[in-house]
Amino acid sequence: MAVEIDTSAFTEEAYELLSELEDSLLELEERPTDVELISRVFRAMHTIKGSGAMFGFDEVAKFTHEVETVFDMARSGSLPVTKALIDLTLAARDQIRSILDASRGGPPANQDNANRIIAGLRALAPQKGGGAAVAAESKASAPKADVEGPHVYRVRFEPRPEIFSSGTNPLLLLNELRDMGQCRVVALTNALPSLEDLDPERCYTQWEIFLTTSQGENAIRDVFIFVEDDCTLNVRLLDRDEIQEEAEPKKLGEILLERGDITEDALGKALTPLGDRLVSSGVVPADKVRAALTEQRVVQEQKQQQSKAAEVDAVVRVPSTKLDKLVNLVGELVTVQARLNQISGRLNNQNLQLVAEEIERLTAELRDNTMSIRMLAIGSTFNKFKRLVRDLSTELGKQIELTTAGADTELDKTVIDQLNDPLVHIIRNSIDHGIEKPDVRALTGKPLVGQIHLSAVHSGTSVLIQVKDDGKGLDPQLLRRKAVEKGLLSPDAVLSDSEAFMLIFGAGFSTAEKITNVSGRGVGMDVVRKSIESLRGTIDVQSALGLGTTITLKLPLTLAIIEGLLVGVNHDFFVLPLAAVEECVELSPKDIANSHGRRIVNVRGEIVPFIRIRERFAMEGERPVIEQIVIANVDGRRVGFGVDTVIGQHQTVIKNLGDSFQYSDEFSGATILGDGTVALLLDLARMVRYVEMQETKETGGA
Amino acid sequence: MAKTIMTVDDSSSVRQMVGLTLKGEGYQVVEAVDGKDALGKVSGATIDMVITDLNMPNMDGITLIRELRKLPAFKFTPIVMLTTESQAERKQEGKDAGATGWIVKPFKPEQLIGVIKKVLG
Repeated sequence: MAVEIDTSAFTEEAYELLSELEDSLLELEERPTDVELISRVFRAMHTIKGSGAMFGFDEVAKFTHEVETVFDMARSGSLPVTKALIDLTLAARDQIRSILDASRGGPPANQDNANRIIAGLRALAPQKGGGAAVAAESKASAPKADVEGPHVYRVRFEPRPEIFSSGTNPLLLLNELRDMGQCRVVALTNALPSLEDLDPERCYTQWEIFLTTSQGENAIRDVFIFVEDDCTLNVRLLDRDEIQEEAEPKKLGEILLERGDITEDALGKALTPLGDRLVSSGVVPADKVRAALTEQRVVQEQKQQQSKAAEVDAVVRVPSTKLDKLVNLVGELVTVQARLNQISGRLNNQNLQLVAEEIERLTAELRDNTMSIRMLAIGSTFNKFKRLVRDLSTELGKQIELTTAGADTELDKTVIDQLNDPLVHIIRNSIDHGIEKPDVRALTGKPLVGQIHLSAVHSGTSVLIQVKDDGKGLDPQLLRRKAVEKGLLSPDAVLSDSEAFMLIFGAGFSTAEKITNVSGRGVGMDVVRKSIESLRGTIDVQSALGLGTTITLKLPLTLAIIEGLLVGVNHDFFVLPLAAVEECVELSPKDIANSHGRRIVNVRGEIVPFIRIRERFAMEGERPVIEQIVIANVDGRRVGFGVDTVIGQHQTVIKNLGDSFQYSDEFSGATILGDGTVALLLDLARMVRYVEMQETKETGGA
Repeated sequence: MAKTIMTVDDSSSVRQMVGLTLKGEGYQVVEAVDGKDALGKVSGATIDMVITDLNMPNMDGITLIRELRKLPAFKFTPIVMLTTESQAERKQEGKDAGATGWIVKPFKPEQLIGVIKKVLG
């Protein structure tokens, strides 16, 4: 960062201060004991010194410092204000002035004169041990870089409860540590009182931080420089000493076993984890044990990393069909495991339950591992676009720079494969319609080179992929007009801006004035929506006219297993993708009466339309008195789905419905529940679209 | 939303330098010439952080910090003192009065920004 500062601000101020200084000194000669006058003199010099140093007037600063040091003694009363002192200070004042004059092109200041003044002043001062009062404060802020590579440090940070009252936010300090390397933080919360005894103005939490960094201990201590006195800080280097202990002595249990003194069974029973034993015997609080366990883990990980780096990364190539098969089998296993759980819960057999729990744990681990095998970094896909952007922008006479972030974000291989085409369309669209030509950009004051930023980031069980450009943005009015012209929208339709933005994904929609060979036939974006939907993803468009457009794709991490919300209608079950679900509300007969038979529900003042699943699929049975409405985000709008009961979250292993079903568009698959029942997975976006089409037809025909 | 930082210094050149640096980083700046002026300007304003000189006429920085800490709105506000005094006792006095941290003059704009990021986030 470069802030250009006008030094005349300083010189002007300094001249003013110098004339003030002269007046004060002359007054002081009349009243040498006036404390207020003495501090005024001191302050003037102090300011000249401070500002001088900051504006690069080192000579002024250095000289004034000497004068100030002596005058400070007068201020503190250890040196009487005599005529000699005033004479010398006045001479010093003139000297400062001539240094300033010199900086503005005047004759150079006389250095001998300066030395004489300082010598004179020093002679006045009572002798203290060593004249050098210039305590060099500048604590080297540049941390001593450790060339030996990263080390693990344990930082124990115990702030005093009153730390907030100095305006300190301990979390910021933790963040600072996080910026230094890999960081794991354990909060020690044992001192936290119960809610009624809690004083929110006191800090009850202490932290243990395990930091893997290549910076030295001093850099870590520097983070806490302002709170040194307000906390207990303990920084310890971990890996060096711990790493030596390769040949561990045998554990007591092993020795006893070997000698046949105990059986393995008895040993197992006695071997509750040490931490648990310590906690239950009250020797050490639980949070301290947690911190120690974290320490163990971090050190171990660091060791593993070191040995891993030494090995050559062994890679096995496997045909992806084999992986697909594996994923399928894991899916089956998850289903069977759910059944096992249900049965063991019913039978109430303790042994069976133990096994079932163990299998549940293993299945979850197996599932996560299998999924992670299929995960690929999105980076390779990102790289392809660099070329695309380069070629297209040259072709269109535009200057565009593509930046990417999050290239190491991992996604299911199938998702990545199917993501390529939609992204190509979106980026083409940005290049063609979004970013303006350099001459147009120059007119609007934008940098000539347009920016397209492509990023990927994890968000829960989804990945957000964003294409952001700084082009001309979307005009909601224009979009509406075009849609009406093309008969895609009825002229009296009321659309919010974000709904209008979604129009660009309509079939046969294009706002391009003329069709180029890059885009503009209105096929691309329609395809984008279809492919993203087939990936069970959603699209969100944000745009500001003249500033740019951001298109965000929200995609599930994997296609094989999703988090679903299991609901019941009659005796049948359905699953809604949990990623889309926002909330569940109840619909009472009173609500129905209030809405005069229309299918709308009032959610805290907001009117949300809903679809009754029973009606949609012409299911039999009576509606319950109180219905449940699951509100989901469908294409950027909130839509409710009326069901009888909401059962809960469900790990959904998705099975294809197969070709034998007709009219199954509104379902994106099926899943088998623990008891063997089949539940259908709803494709919310399609469902909403079909209902809308039907309603338009009905009202249009009426 | 841009955060507002109040800078208190009797030297206009220091105020200017601090002000320019802060504005360059996107902060809003409120200036005051001494402790008394600062106290007069804080009521009703939303101030996210205070940077104050120590040696000032009318009301010095230490007194200002002490007074600010008495106000409910400034109970936990980061307050950083600008000081040329390298003496530990001056810094200690400031800390005791409730200062969050300090910057030793002379400083470079980057150092100022570094300290602001440290205490303000």
